[in-house]
Amino acid sequence: MNAMSLTELLRLTLPEIVVSLVGLLTLTLDLVAVQQRTFATRWKVGALTACTGCAGAILLAVLRPEQASIYGGMLVVTPLTEMVQAALAGFTILAVLLSVDSDFTQNIGEYLAIMLFATAGMMVLVSTRNLLVIFASLELLSLSLYVLTAFNKRSRRSAEAALKYFLFGGMAAAIFLFGISLLYGLSGSIELTGVATALESQPLTPLWVVAMVMIVTGLGFKIAAAPFHLWAPDAYQGAPTPSAAMIASSSKLASFIVLAAVMALGLTASGSAWHGPQAAWVPLLEVVAALSMLAGNLAAIVQSSTRRLLAYSAIGHAGYMLLGVIASSELGLRALLYYVITYGLATLGAFGVLAALEKEGVDEIDGLAGLSQRAPWLSFCMLIFMLSLAGIPPLSGFFGKFFLFSSALRASGRLLWLVILAIGMSAVSLYYYLRVLKQIFVLDATAEEEDVRTPLLMRVTISVTALLVIALGCYPDLLLHWIDTALRAMPH
Amino acid sequence: MLAWTIYISFAGAAVLMLTPKASLRAARVIALMTAISGFAVTVAAWVRFTPGEILQVARVPWIPSLGIEYHLAADGISLTLLLLTGIVAIAGVLFSWNVERRTREFFALFLLLIGAVYGVFLSFDVFLFFVFYELAIIPKYFLIAIWGSTGKEYAAMKLALYSFVGSAMVLIGVIAAYVEAGAKTTDLATLARYPFPLHFEMWVFPLVFLGFAILAGMWPFHTWAPTGHAAAPTAASMLLAGVVMKLGAYGCLRVAMMLFPGGMEAWGFHVLGLDSWRGLFAVLALIGIVYGASVALVQKDFKFVIGYSSVSHMGFVLLGLMTLNQIGLDGTVLQMFSHGIIAGLLFAVVGRMVYDRTHTRMLNELGPMHLARVIPFAAAAFVLAGMASIGLPGFSGFVAEFEILIGAWRAYPTLAVLAGAGILVGIAFTWRALDKAFFGDAASSTQAAVTLAPITWAERAGTSVLMAATVAVGLYPRLLLDLILPAFNSPLFDGLRKGLWR
Repeated sequence: MNAMSLTELLRLTLPEIVVSLVGLLTLTLDLVAVQQRTFATRWKVGALTACTGCAGAILLAVLRPEQASIYGGMLVVTPLTEMVQAALAGFTILAVLLSVDSDFTQNIGEYLAIMLFATAGMMVLVSTRNLLVIFASLELLSLSLYVLTAFNKRSRRSAEAALKYFLFGGMAAAIFLFGISLLYGLSGSIELTGVATALESQPLTPLWVVAMVMIVTGLGFKIAAAPFHLWAPDAYQGAPTPSAAMIASSSKLASFIVLAAVMALGLTASGSAWHGPQAAWVPLLEVVAALSMLAGNLAAIVQSSTRRLLAYSAIGHAGYMLLGVIASSELGLRALLYYVITYGLATLGAFGVLAALEKEGVDEIDGLAGLSQRAPWLSFCMLIFMLSLAGIPPLSGFFGKFFLFSSALRASGRLLWLVILAIGMSAVSLYYYLRVLKQIFVLDATAEEEDVRTPLLMRVTISVTALLVIALGCYPDLLLHWIDTALRAMPH
Repeated sequence: MLAWTIYISFAGAAVLMLTPKASLRAARVIALMTAISGFAVTVAAWVRFTPGEILQVARVPWIPSLGIEYHLAADGISLTLLLLTGIVAIAGVLFSWNVERRTREFFALFLLLIGAVYGVFLSFDVFLFFVFYELAIIPKYFLIAIWGSTGKEYAAMKLALYSFVGSAMVLIGVIAAYVEAGAKTTDLATLARYPFPLHFEMWVFPLVFLGFAILAGMWPFHTWAPTGHAAAPTAASMLLAGVVMKLGAYGCLRVAMMLFPGGMEAWGFHVLGLDSWRGLFAVLALIGIVYGASVALVQKDFKFVIGYSSVSHMGFVLLGLMTLNQIGLDGTVLQMFSHGIIAGLLFAVVGRMVYDRTHTRMLNELGPMHLARVIPFAAAAFVLAGMASIGLPGFSGFVAEFEILIGAWRAYPTLAVLAGAGILVGIAFTWRALDKAFFGDAASSTQAAVTLAPITWAERAGTSVLMAATVAVGLYPRLLLDLILPAFNSPLFDGLRKGLWR
């Protein structure tokens, strides 16, 4: 390592560095400068700093068309990773804005700082091809998320959720690490391309299969795919709303990108996707996808808590998204990116609406009864988010599904059964999304209650998210064009 | 210009949401003006339309990387159904003049549904078609769930799920066809020319056809229809039976049959005497005709009688589609128009004129009320609508069902005879309902006649609009036949004509 490459490294990781430093700055500012002020001021200062940092990271990521891979894939910067980093930082901005003025914690600086650290972890995660760096950044992300989940110290549920999340997560991380060690032992490389080359030249021994199962388990936990999903309902329900929003949106995006990277490199090394030992990934993921769709959507039907419903629907959506990974084509990746980003927006918006209702203490679906009379605009936004998740046109969720399923089918006709299952399950999903909307729009409030007051900032955040969901659905090219440009600039 | 039917409807819905909550009158007037403008645009296009051509309305790239276009166009078939939509929309607003609860939301959803329906009939791109088709589901759900009557939440959910399952089946077929044709375009005309392999059409055709036929009320997937119609508020029943069921039938014709004509070829083997999907669907349609009529004969609830009669009449539409000959298909499109008008009228009488006044739909409770004397206008309207419904000459239903029977006679003589029997049962249930509801037992009428609110101008206007439409088409069917006939000769239907057309 010489001086030259060190400056190079600093330059390439500038977005990550900015986010981490701003995290520290937020912490310091809150502790030193505004500790004596009111809550509102502290939130404003903290959020402003954090958002500026994320916005800076977005600008840095988008404005420098870098193309580099240093230290043998330890850090890979392409237009695609930059795009994903920008999207991650964007999600964090939305989550931070949603947290402003919430009263679940007094440690405002710490909360925002950890959100930014989680973001930095995700940003590293998506721009590496080295298994050890993947593990390290995954742990940075996971540990931050455990803390974010537990942040409501007054709530037993929050603590319980975090403990469950932590225990499951620790287990999954251990299994993932074991898988990595097996891969290293078998291939002599901790670098994805090296592993792929070795995979190609060796027969598929049981040990390989064990390693693969372990890797899929570790990553399957992060994306909350069945049967590794058990932590999700509790975490979604117990965590403070902005944390849950972050787990559901940006953490999902980052985990899917890394899953796709692990899958894609294992496959493209041989040039063709459907033969050789690599194909062993595919049936494995097919099973996980089918299980997630079934478990998520069927379990969501019987939920009585809105957050748990969102959690189970997230498991179902993870199943759909896996189709994009299984397709293992450039088209599949495009569709996956579009789907995960628009899904993240819709689910973030839904959590935003729940955050706005936080002061009412609403968690049960029944508690939403008659909301449309008390908060017409909020209800309208919830309508948009729910229908987008259900895949009703012209919202972005519909185009996402069309694009994802058609690219899966184009990749291989063999996937038809999964596509049929996925479309069938989205028909099921309409039922439970409509249950929520029925409470909001159809039923009358149980008692005379006054109008819901929402802070302006939160209303703006939710409205912007809703607008994005509509705009990206009516004119998908806005996002597709960006994805395409990024993909086209990738080296082949 | 026709594209404005969609935009006006959506804009009307948006304007309604911005009007002050209290001004009921403003909301009604805006809704009525919107519906009339939509109809006026359609009529203007109709007057200038040259039969046989395809009127291009709009065509711009939408999602270029996937070859999806925003392509609106109209041929004679679409135009017929656009006219129907316009008429039913106007009548629907008039018959909802008495909606007092959450009025602006009601009319906004109503117009949203109308706009989506216009969109489906105008789409010449399969993706766009599907977008509008699904867009129609959500307003239906809320119209029934919020403003409906008995069992509204159950009925609304059932309707939404049936529709969504149907559209999921269609979506599978559409994606499969898009990918099979090279994923370059979703243009209807291009896909209609694409030579799909026979084995592909053999599984996609029934999937897509059934998906649409669920919404067209095909037996045994019709069960959403009676419950949905009965629970819905009057305007929504009128739209459901009048227009939304036609969306399904139109989808069967425009997407399933036009894109995958090979799916109707013979299987090459026999199962229970059936040799093709076409035969199977024709039999199911026939069962729908006879079953719907027979069940309507024993209903106690007035609205259910009309609900099941819709199943029966839509059976004629589906049977007509399966005849695959010129006269049968003409009759089918005409029947879509005719049934849309007549069902609208029947639901208006039952839902608005009778139920909103008496608050009961039970035939045995209506009998002693002497409705024929109390609200003679409603009785007269129902008599005329009933005559139109059973297909008396002079009304639109006669020409349509007659043509379908001739077409069916050429394709499946046995089925034609049985369908004729279905018409007889139709006469019986209409007669029974008429007798029980309006001319109840005079002998046992010891109780004094009830007093009910007089018929309003809006109801009279709505009735006149619908009545005028059915009589005009009944007396001079060429009004529409001149539009429909040449449309089947366009290159779009080449696949059908070259295959099994007789």
